[in-house]
Amino acid sequence: MPPKLPIFMDSQSTTPMDPRVLEAMLPYFTEKFGHPASRNHPFGWEAEAGVDKAREQIATLVGARDPKEIIFTSGGTESINLALKGVAEMYREKGNHILTTAIEQRASLDVCKRLERQGFEVTYLPVGREGLVDVEALKAAITDKTILISVMFANNEIGTIQPIAEIGKLAKERGIVFHTDATQAVGKVPVNVEAMGIDLLSATAHLMYGPKGVGSLYVRRKNPRVRLAAMMDGGGHERGMRSGTVPVPLVVGFGRAAEICREVMGEEGKRLAALRDRLQDLILSKVDEAYVNGHPSNRLPHNLNISFAYVEGESVLMGLNKESALSSGSACTSSTLEPSYVIAALGVDSELAHSSIRFGLHRFSTEEEVDFVGRRVVEVVHRLREMSPLYELAKEGVDLKTIQWKGE
Amino acid sequence: MAYSDKVVDHYNNPRNVGSFGKDTPGVGTGLVGAPECGDVMKLQIKVNLETGVIEDAKFKTFGCGSAIASSSLATEWLKGRTVDEAAKIKNTDIVSELKLPPVKIHCSVLAEDAIKAALQDYKEKWKETPASGGAS
Repeated sequence: MPPKLPIFMDSQSTTPMDPRVLEAMLPYFTEKFGHPASRNHPFGWEAEAGVDKAREQIATLVGARDPKEIIFTSGGTESINLALKGVAEMYREKGNHILTTAIEQRASLDVCKRLERQGFEVTYLPVGREGLVDVEALKAAITDKTILISVMFANNEIGTIQPIAEIGKLAKERGIVFHTDATQAVGKVPVNVEAMGIDLLSATAHLMYGPKGVGSLYVRRKNPRVRLAAMMDGGGHERGMRSGTVPVPLVVGFGRAAEICREVMGEEGKRLAALRDRLQDLILSKVDEAYVNGHPSNRLPHNLNISFAYVEGESVLMGLNKESALSSGSACTSSTLEPSYVIAALGVDSELAHSSIRFGLHRFSTEEEVDFVGRRVVEVVHRLREMSPLYELAKEGVDLKTIQWKGE
Repeated sequence: MAYSDKVVDHYNNPRNVGSFGKDTPGVGTGLVGAPECGDVMKLQIKVNLETGVIEDAKFKTFGCGSAIASSSLATEWLKGRTVDEAAKIKNTDIVSELKLPPVKIHCSVLAEDAIKAALQDYKEKWKETPASGGAS
């Protein structure tokens, strides 16, 4: 049976909400509308109970000891802002050095840039060809002024999973707060803040089949107790770290999403990894000079990123976008003209950074969809190569690196 | 980003994709852009050495949909023009015809550069020959 079009394969940008999540949320829009901070009447108690349950569901998913360690925010970006700025302000007396990587998502990098303008020093560690941070290099970059290590759990473009437990252990030994942006990983692969020595962990609901507009920050309360300066002042909600009325329906949905993820993660991960491998094999068996970006095994199960030599990423997407939703690290899909800084950081040839396509499978992806998209990608890449001057030159045996290109 | 209908049309049905032999009489080749910038255009014209009229044009482009459309449109416009007329094609003409957004204007600039490079190559290779005419 042909799949229903368009096919969504961009799950690193967002995920479709699980209908079970919507079902859990609905009562909290209407009959259970109370303010969870209203302590003196049943409407408040009922809303608070919903929020408490969600807090527990998320705490369980990430292995937190105490549900109080989960702070609700508006999403991943806010969690990251609160973590980095909150630590920077609170620990400023202790030092002004922050260690992070060159491939963090925009929110992290932009917060770091702002902190640099405020007098902090930030080290952006490079990554290897497969996107991994070198823990030895990280260790060597620690100074007596280092107050924070922030390394993403899994990358949003290439899916590479970092050695989080090793970094957590190192941070603990050196008494440095460790934050991980786990927005792409939570609910997809096992995450455990205790076992991995994580002090702060950012997550977002809409990347785990929950609603948009809610996220969480895990803030460790014991060994060590992490303190944060609040970004949002007000009624002192969320242990004073994030004032503002808690959006109960969103939070309840987030909790339910976390619970479902915990139940299905093992099987879902296996199923998506098998589908992902099927897609990868289908494409690589039919297209020469196509290269998988990211780590071959330490990679999110639903993530696939391929660079197609001699064709530009956006032009590939343009051939597919009526029927399938994918993403490209190419310059032209964004408003900037720079190619993906993540692919570039891997040290691949810069023209390949313009040629990367990202596939993101999800809970509702099917084999039919994978086969359809795989087949279409192969067709479009072949068509574009027929009109690519680079492919023509390469087939004539010209080494593209020997050509003196006239820049734009 | 939404594309204009004309960009989509040129992307789906590119005009004049292909190559001429570089040393074919009357052929001028322009190769502009750079792979690391994400755009490379090869544009070729085939000029009638008697009349100076561009009889045929072909392109191959590595780049986004707007780059492909800009070069495809350029080949359409080149055919039937004299070499002198061809030199008057401006990137702004391409921008308005394809309704390119500001972030894609560089594609039209590259197409104009490709036209100029092809004309230059033609002149260097063939204009000095006795058979050339009508091109000055």
